[in-house]
Amino acid sequence: MKKIYKFALILLSTLGLILGNTSTSFSKVEGDKIILGAAVSLTGKYSSNGVHTQNGYNMAVDRINSMGGVKVGGKTYKFDIIYYDDESNPKRAAQLAERLISQDGVEFMLGPYSSGLTKAMAPVTEKYGVPMVEANGASRSLFTKGYKYLFAVLAPANLYLDVAIRTAVELNGGKGVKIAQAFEQDAFSQDVRLGILDAAKETGSEIIIDDKLPKELNDMAATLAKVKATKPDVLVVSGHTKGALTAIRQISEMQVDVPMLAMTHCDAAKLSKQHGKNAQYALCASQWHKTLTYKDKWFKDGMTYDKDFNEMFGYAPPYQAAESSAALLVFKDAFERANSFDQKKVRDALAATDMQTFYGNIKFAPGGQNVSKPMVLFQVICDSSGKCENKVVAPLKWASAKLIHPMPKWSER
Amino acid sequence: MDLLIFEAPILMVQASMDGILLGILFALIAYGMALQWGVMNIINIAQGDLVILGGYIAYFMYLYGIHPAWGVIVSPIIMYFVGVGIYKLVINKVVDRDLFISILATFGISILFMQLMNFAFGADVVLAVSGYGTTMLFDNSVTLPNSKIFAAVISIIFAIGLIIYMKKSKLGRAIRATAQNARAAKILGVDTEKVYAATFGINAALCGVAGALISITFTIHPYMGLPYTIRSFMIVIVAGLGNLPGVAISGMGLGVFEEFADYILGTEFRIGSVFLLLVLILVYRRFKLAKKREYLK
Repeated sequence: MKKIYKFALILLSTLGLILGNTSTSFSKVEGDKIILGAAVSLTGKYSSNGVHTQNGYNMAVDRINSMGGVKVGGKTYKFDIIYYDDESNPKRAAQLAERLISQDGVEFMLGPYSSGLTKAMAPVTEKYGVPMVEANGASRSLFTKGYKYLFAVLAPANLYLDVAIRTAVELNGGKGVKIAQAFEQDAFSQDVRLGILDAAKETGSEIIIDDKLPKELNDMAATLAKVKATKPDVLVVSGHTKGALTAIRQISEMQVDVPMLAMTHCDAAKLSKQHGKNAQYALCASQWHKTLTYKDKWFKDGMTYDKDFNEMFGYAPPYQAAESSAALLVFKDAFERANSFDQKKVRDALAATDMQTFYGNIKFAPGGQNVSKPMVLFQVICDSSGKCENKVVAPLKWASAKLIHPMPKWSER
Repeated sequence: MDLLIFEAPILMVQASMDGILLGILFALIAYGMALQWGVMNIINIAQGDLVILGGYIAYFMYLYGIHPAWGVIVSPIIMYFVGVGIYKLVINKVVDRDLFISILATFGISILFMQLMNFAFGADVVLAVSGYGTTMLFDNSVTLPNSKIFAAVISIIFAIGLIIYMKKSKLGRAIRATAQNARAAKILGVDTEKVYAATFGINAALCGVAGALISITFTIHPYMGLPYTIRSFMIVIVAGLGNLPGVAISGMGLGVFEEFADYILGTEFRIGSVFLLLVLILVYRRFKLAKKREYLK
């Protein structure tokens, strides 16, 4: 009797597995749905930015579907996304890419959050010839491997702080400046560093401090003491959120006077919220800012996007969300121009993309990076009541405030 | 360029002071680790995660408008009970097993804590602002954040308090007796189970203090615990078990060594040089021990 039970149990569970699998097995297009696959970090160390990425995707899916969807071959389709949680782990991300493609049958992918995870997934999507539009992997090495199916809507990492150096040189009457820099040892920050090296070479600037911060370090006191002793014209820091927060804390504590401070990841770090007036005058590189005047049909412009996103998710969209929404707009545009769901045709259509979105102009270089959208720099500026705001100061075309340079000395604040 | 420290000797003062202040804070964490390693023979991989949890307690007080310095009092009280809880749930099942099992168990606790903190508090890097200002010496060329000085002073107070408590109180004596010989202590009527729970609780409380101090001097993040575990492990290894003044000295020594390595070799060699020093010390110790053995023969 027991044996029969056991047998029945095994039979049932096998059946369950088979049925379960077939019912969750997707193909690229089911009925009127185009199904995209995405692995994003919902847990682990990237989970806050992973959630911004997912919210950005969801907002765009919602908007495109409610405004008529995607028209291919005279038929209207709606977007749908299968999500998996990659746990902020590159190995897991690569496995999930494999799973999305070979088990779930997805034929078009959206990118994960961070350069590291995108790097892990790109070889898989490339192997299967699955077009992937990503919005959160800026590392230069993604675009030098000759990938044919990878497209990034954001500017590559080496351009993040390029503008800052050029602005400093310009303010110095075209003469080279002395640069002190501290970068975390991760793919992204080291790419930002390479960008600075290029800019320094072109402008005849000199790099006098070049520190590489270990990942586990949250103390920059030694670097800052060197800065104090050598008095550079520009201090550049890139070490994700932790680097930005640590830098501001220790610069204010040690009263380091430097004419220009340029950083990355300021808005993710909520600099002015966590540090108040101590964060004032810091320059931050950003992919997007709501006051930029780019326009499109779906989200209208940055201010409207900001308002709508706020209504839907209850917080102001960081640039990570905006660029993720833009990725969906690129896919929609490519599907309609390809007028087909053939991966090769969609890939060619993606490569020929030339459009404006609320997030910026999008046109891909042969390596897959977006070359027609410059980075913007904003400066943290506080009013007398202590309320701080990020104001765009460069490039001049979009500047909503004048750059305050040099930064006032601590003794005069 | 790398030899800036010799061109501007005032930087040596800065580096030494930074190193000492940093070292004292690390020594406090190592102190807890040495205590429970010595008593229970458990290497606690979750040490750093207890520190971070303590930091979150101070951070939440700060969020609700209470000055984060009060975390120095509130955080150890809460963390003591967290420590006792962990002991009752997990550690008491591995305490008399071999070291490998306890490392696995505390490694598991570490992962669990990281994920729970990430789940509860989010993955954002946070910090608490003390508003203590800065002490400037030598015409503003050496700067010491008052929050770091505060952290060092509090660490010293807690360490001294604990040494006195260990010497004078009944529980302290029971803990020391258990550390010397658990079986003999048991025979003489010491409730070792209680001693173990209290030891783990005290360790967690020390982590709580350190965490609160870290939230006002550095930054807090759910996944930032491991460096603290490794650092305190190294300090204990260098000092040797049961050598509490040694812990304080090796903490400060490593802190200063690390700062000087940063100035002379560059930031990228900072952690590496500390590890190199650890290896050298271990090799040296081995030779010393081998010599002793020969002598005994």
